[in-house]
Amino acid sequence: MIGSTPLGYLQAAGERAHAILALTWFTLAVSILVCVVIAVLLWRAVTRARAHGGAAETRAVPVERGPKALRWIGVGVSISAVPLIITLIWTMVTLAATSGPPPDTHLTLDVTGHQWWWEVHYDAAQPDQSFTTANEIHIPVNTRVLVRLRGADVIHSFWVPKLAGKTDTIPGQTNLAWLQASAAGRYLGQCTEYCGWQHAHMALEVVAESPQDFQRWRAQQLQPAQTPTAPTAQHGLQVVEFRCGLCHQVRGTLAASHVGPDLTHLMSRHMIASGMLPNTAGALSGWIEAAQGIKPGSQMPDQNLSAEELSDVVAYLETLQ
Amino acid sequence: MNRADDRAPALGTVSPGLEHRLHELWEGEGGLKGFLSTVDHKKIGLRYIVTAFTFLLLGGIEALIMRLQLAGPNAHLLSPEQYDQLFSTHGMTMIFLYASPILSGFSNYLWPLILGTRDMAFPRVNALSYWIYLASGIFLYVGFLTGNGPNDGWFNYVPYALRDFNPGMNQDFYSLGMVLLGTSTTVGAANFIVTAMRTRAPGMSINRAPMLLWGTLTANVANLLVVPAVSLAFFLLWLDRQFGTHFFDVRAEGQPLLWQHLFWIFGHPWVYAIVLPAMAFVSDALPVFCRRPLVGYPLVALSTVATMVLGFGVWVHHMFATGLPALGMSFFSAASIAIVVPSSVTIFSWLATIWHGRPVVTTAFMFFASTIILFVIGGVSGFMTASVPVDWQLTDTYFVVAHLHYVLIGINLFPVLGAIYFWFPKMTGRLLDERLGRWNFWLIFIGFNLAFLPMHLTGLFGMPRRVYTYGPDMGWNTLNLITSVGSFVIAIGVVLLLVNVVKSRRSGALAGPNPWGAHTLEWSIPSPPPPYNFALIPAVASRHPLWEAELHEEVRSSLDRGLMLDKGKETLGTTPLDALPDMILRMPEDTVAPFVLTLGLALLFTGMILKVWLLMLAGALVLTASLLVWLWPRRELREREPAHG
Repeated sequence: MIGSTPLGYLQAAGERAHAILALTWFTLAVSILVCVVIAVLLWRAVTRARAHGGAAETRAVPVERGPKALRWIGVGVSISAVPLIITLIWTMVTLAATSGPPPDTHLTLDVTGHQWWWEVHYDAAQPDQSFTTANEIHIPVNTRVLVRLRGADVIHSFWVPKLAGKTDTIPGQTNLAWLQASAAGRYLGQCTEYCGWQHAHMALEVVAESPQDFQRWRAQQLQPAQTPTAPTAQHGLQVVEFRCGLCHQVRGTLAASHVGPDLTHLMSRHMIASGMLPNTAGALSGWIEAAQGIKPGSQMPDQNLSAEELSDVVAYLETLQ
Repeated sequence: MNRADDRAPALGTVSPGLEHRLHELWEGEGGLKGFLSTVDHKKIGLRYIVTAFTFLLLGGIEALIMRLQLAGPNAHLLSPEQYDQLFSTHGMTMIFLYASPILSGFSNYLWPLILGTRDMAFPRVNALSYWIYLASGIFLYVGFLTGNGPNDGWFNYVPYALRDFNPGMNQDFYSLGMVLLGTSTTVGAANFIVTAMRTRAPGMSINRAPMLLWGTLTANVANLLVVPAVSLAFFLLWLDRQFGTHFFDVRAEGQPLLWQHLFWIFGHPWVYAIVLPAMAFVSDALPVFCRRPLVGYPLVALSTVATMVLGFGVWVHHMFATGLPALGMSFFSAASIAIVVPSSVTIFSWLATIWHGRPVVTTAFMFFASTIILFVIGGVSGFMTASVPVDWQLTDTYFVVAHLHYVLIGINLFPVLGAIYFWFPKMTGRLLDERLGRWNFWLIFIGFNLAFLPMHLTGLFGMPRRVYTYGPDMGWNTLNLITSVGSFVIAIGVVLLLVNVVKSRRSGALAGPNPWGAHTLEWSIPSPPPPYNFALIPAVASRHPLWEAELHEEVRSSLDRGLMLDKGKETLGTTPLDALPDMILRMPEDTVAPFVLTLGLALLFTGMILKVWLLMLAGALVLTASLLVWLWPRRELREREPAHG
């Protein structure tokens, strides 16, 4: 059952999440135990009841001073204090281990939360080695990755539960988080600070892959878009430059704006619209024509292209491998 | 200034003549004028309870609509905009318009009765507090009904609440409404504090006061200290929105985190303020059904205060994911874990009281006793979120939604429902039906746990808060359906309660003064109480004035012989700790001034929301005029006069 919960955090796939998960299980176990013990005590206490009924039955039972019973409080509080102290120490140890980014990070990402998508910038010492993509983060497996988090508009929260807990992206400040994946795979992430109409549809994916695969992917992402050869795609490019270029960038073309996600290697991504739709030709057409019907309030306007324009645009976008 | 009246008040016994004189003095006018001008704490308390319960029903309906939307994946019953306003309005309603006012209502009604006095310290302020609460509730709901309800959650984070992202009037209604409501809470808190300190019956030293005094007093000291923070935050938000100030505007180096600090430094103490008085219901009433005194009264009283003191140092646990330094967070984490200790004192006191008592299982008892386990469930989930790293996973998922509902329903609504069953006979003179009561209890108890226990799992499976819908492949479908079913079971239980109230008010069994054989002063007077509460001001000698014979106390409270104070609308002022007689308090007559003042305020705020300067001016004039009338020094109205020169 847990296996089918892409956002569940009772499974961990990275060292940071693992450290937290152990403490989570401990506190959860203590919590369940406490509830069971109290429930049993309460049940036993009530079933000693003298009477059932209403006011008359209550009045009929005489009042007695009863034993002072202060031991209950002394013993109860003393026993409670033990797991509290253990939790406190364990919390501090885990906090020290998981909070600050470790010094040995080998990759730095700048992730910016937008209403309602994620901008992902791969930082590098040389400008020609850095690039920008969206909603899909690739990282090499077993490598600690530093993530610098910023908010473009309102507060969002960056969360990839299988790898790490949440860190907010807050406008006006840069928060630091770090990720590490111990196993290759696709890990779902989600915005978890309420950010407006489409807060529900602000997912991201982290793809952890072997260092070789990661290098291959990175080299490909650094390339500008290829010039299309087919006439339909060429026409599509014109439309993209003329219309989509107002908000989007396709490196190597005249479309060079940064309002919306970078589309240079759109087809290398698994999903579109921040995890809402699969990246297929059909979904792309639907999204371009009727984004507001699919994701009301999103910054992506309905395009009202002619059928020919739309199919050409999609033909072009499909070349953006 | 008036000349002090330094007569010594006369001692006496109850006589028809005395009762008649007091009735003449204290009975308010009937009709519309009487309705608008009354300052009787009992009427005001009942109005608070009825109004707050109405908001509970509204918030419940909002919840049911949301649960329909969330019952299955990808539902389209509500648009995102509608859903956002619903969940925000639901939170605002339950937390601000129900949870706190319902407790103010009970305390308003009960305090003078349990303290052995004739009214609150400032009856006109009491009326003002209610009218402003009502006005702010109407104001906020006018916003909601015109499509301008809050839409950023009840804690309303900036920048989303700023004009750039939220251009409608939604946030203006919310911020102004909250400033208005803050006024009501603040004046009410001042009134509770002075009432607690100055009007307890002679002999009711602070260590003999019912727990309800400790609970409500602690909560209101906190309110007085923290409500200004949130009122300020909302006022600054309104300034940012309307006048372009930059408190929260990032482009001008404003700070989004400033909002969060101002809000939560209020918000977390507030959470305790809306449970401590309800916990006090349990501490006072549970012993009645266990037929013995509460175990560890001094410890429970002190842990009430300790909870509040620690409660001022935990607000950052709402902000563990905001990138604050780990060292700072570790302090708040430790304080949040430590707060379990005073809570567990209360839990074990209640358990021991039942265990070592001879419990009688009534509907009220069932609500109070089940509070114990619901409190523990809400407490341990809170303990989990107190651990910073664990919270990084739990926060803003449905685990927190489950947690806060166990806290608010478990430690506020359940004790309140118990309190309704327990004190309804005092308020109306008739008992609620026990058979309907059992159905009522079991439906709400089962419905509640059905809805919210599995929700912990929904959270652990990663469902984020405040999403208007979710995909079918997340592992949340069944859990959400169960929660939705549970919510409707609760609704049926609540309807049964209403049926019970309507039916029993008309034809319930007559209660008499003390149907439960209870121990506190309110049960020594008729049900419902006369307008003057006590014909004689009682003198209290123990913690259990009505159980002294059964408990073989060496002392006896004096209920049959006491101060008559029948020379005017008067009650006794006593000293803060020992409750020694100190002065005669002259109590004010009924007046429409609080109502008119509230009208002026409402006019002023309406002018502010509509930006109609004339309306604001008119509101300000009405406000000033009613204040002048209210505060104008009058020869016949001596607010205070020493009993002994």
